[in-house]
Amino acid sequence: MIKLEGISKIFPGQKHHAVKNLNLEINKGDVCVLVGPSGCGKTTTMKMINRLYEPTEGKIFIGGEDALNKDLIKLRLDIGYVIQEIGLFPHMTIEQNIATVPNEKHWPKEKTKEKVEEVMNLVGLDPKIFKDRYPAALSGGQRQRVGVARAMVADPPIMLMDEPFGAVDPITRARLQNEFLRIQEGMEKTIVFVTHDIDEAIKMSETIVVMREGEIVQHATPSDLLSAPADEFVSNLVGRNRSIKRLHLIRIHEILEELGRVKPIPEDTKTDEIKKRLDESATRTVMVVDSDNKLKGVIGVNDLKQKTGEVAADYYQDVMETITNDATLNDALSVMLECGEGYVAVVNENNQYEGTITLGDLLNVVKEDS
Amino acid sequence: MLQNIWKWLIIPLIMIGIGTAIVIYAVNNPTDSIVARMLTYERIFRVIREHMALLLISMLAATFVGVAAGIMLSRPRLYYAGRVVENIVNVGQTIPSLAILALFFTILGLGFRTAVFALFLYSILPILRNTFAGIDGVDYSIIEAARGMGMNSFRILTKIELPIAFPIIVAGIRTAVVINVGAATLATFIAGGGLGDLIVTGLSVHRDMIIVTGATIAALTAILLDYLIGRVEEKIVRWS
Ligand SMILES: Nc1ncnc2c1ncn2[C@@H]1O[C@H](COP(=O)(O)OP(=O)(O)OP(=O)(O)O)[C@@H](O)[C@H]1O
Ligand SMILES: [Mg+2]
Repeated sequence: MIKLEGISKIFPGQKHHAVKNLNLEINKGDVCVLVGPSGCGKTTTMKMINRLYEPTEGKIFIGGEDALNKDLIKLRLDIGYVIQEIGLFPHMTIEQNIATVPNEKHWPKEKTKEKVEEVMNLVGLDPKIFKDRYPAALSGGQRQRVGVARAMVADPPIMLMDEPFGAVDPITRARLQNEFLRIQEGMEKTIVFVTHDIDEAIKMSETIVVMREGEIVQHATPSDLLSAPADEFVSNLVGRNRSIKRLHLIRIHEILEELGRVKPIPEDTKTDEIKKRLDESATRTVMVVDSDNKLKGVIGVNDLKQKTGEVAADYYQDVMETITNDATLNDALSVMLECGEGYVAVVNENNQYEGTITLGDLLNVVKEDS
Repeated sequence: MLQNIWKWLIIPLIMIGIGTAIVIYAVNNPTDSIVARMLTYERIFRVIREHMALLLISMLAATFVGVAAGIMLSRPRLYYAGRVVENIVNVGQTIPSLAILALFFTILGLGFRTAVFALFLYSILPILRNTFAGIDGVDYSIIEAARGMGMNSFRILTKIELPIAFPIIVAGIRTAVVINVGAATLATFIAGGGLGDLIVTGLSVHRDMIIVTGATIAALTAILLDYLIGRVEEKIVRWS
């Protein structure tokens, strides 16, 4: 979809290459993440794709077409662009900001309005609250989300995203990442993504490009990058605990089936039966669900000892945190650490119980892989 | 809504009230026959009319030319020319208005037109400088975001740069108006008419009442216009 052939960039008046003889091919529907230290040429590479910078040398093909000879405006209207500095227009409301590309494309008003609200919801900004605000009245993270919404509103087949989640807190960031991946699954956009966060790179990408001083050091899948870093520079960048980073690569639904956990019990289960189930359970806990399979609570060994009663409904206590099955194993690990428990319950959007992931499961995954 | 309009009007009404009161008082209570002859309703309205004509014509032309020149100089191709002109403009601003009037009088002769032309030149400076500074000051990442989304330079100018620079441009126009009202009182020296007629006549016949009447009306006009433009700007710019 995107093909860079021998691309170089020397800025006027500079001796060094900002980008040097770069060859890169990105397949349709892939997310390609550029990582590397500050000043290594990530932004420059990205800006050459939509020709904000003209390459000094080399060729660029987009969807087979020679991008360097294409009409600039046409080229850019079909490439969603999230600039590193966010670059919202201060004199326009959030709605007007997001509607920029639809307006340039002369969409009918109604369609623009609908689509703007849709993408605002996607990035987690309530249109009712934020639509008529000006960028000055938004937090940094909210502005960044407007920037992302503005880039994707017209459904461009290609998106260039320069550190789009840099200014959001880790929790919102994880949520946006998951949301992003969910959207991406349905839309199959070709995305070039810049980040400083190696964990984010591993989680989001089909392929990772590690850059240093304008050149590509390694271009590989996240898994290959973790198991076979090309040199010392890459392995330093990836960091020490590479096996833990693998947890980013695996989603809960990929392992949940094979685990075969103790079945959840209905609310009217008798005490004796509960005891039996607890003995079978590796985590010494058992989940309680209602007739609709919705998660009601959890019973541990201590609950049976401390409380008196006859059925499960008398014993269970609330579940502190749950997780959905499209989260990564790393997300599961964070939840376990936060709650101080060795397990976390997996539910779907309707709070229906799907299974339990334990610390032991995570250890097995890490062991198997290394 | 009604309350809003009231809030808008109260200060202008007070100004106009004060002005009218002074005029009525001065005309009806002349200190002597000379003052009585000089200060008639007819004469006062004539000089106000002349003053407004000087102001309006020179300001309209100056706004038009100043903004256009400011935009041209802010184009990347003319960037260095822009810097040079900016410096010339800053130096030009330090030349006293009387000197400018004198200069044009020697070239263009006496009269209303010469006065308008001199005022026009004098008022271009703050407008041009602010237009240039306002556009030049737009954050480059904003321009790049716009370009990256497929806007051409003309769209960027009209949709992004000018609206963002608008408050600064208006500030330039306000400065120009205030300077212009003051400088226009000098037009009388080259037979350009205006409130300066009253002031200079008053000076030559040593009658304070005539001077004060002329000067107060000029001052009130400056304050009033400055206030009104500010209010209109506030209405238009809601984002800062
Ligand atoms: N417009 C420009 N003019 C001149 N030099 C530039 C320009 N933009 C970037 N450079 C230089 O090119 C090199 C690469 O910069 P680039 O912005 O691509 O880095 P980056 O990898 O995006 O860094 P960061 O992670 O800090 O955003 C740097 O040495 C920078 O100084
Ligand atoms: Mg960068």
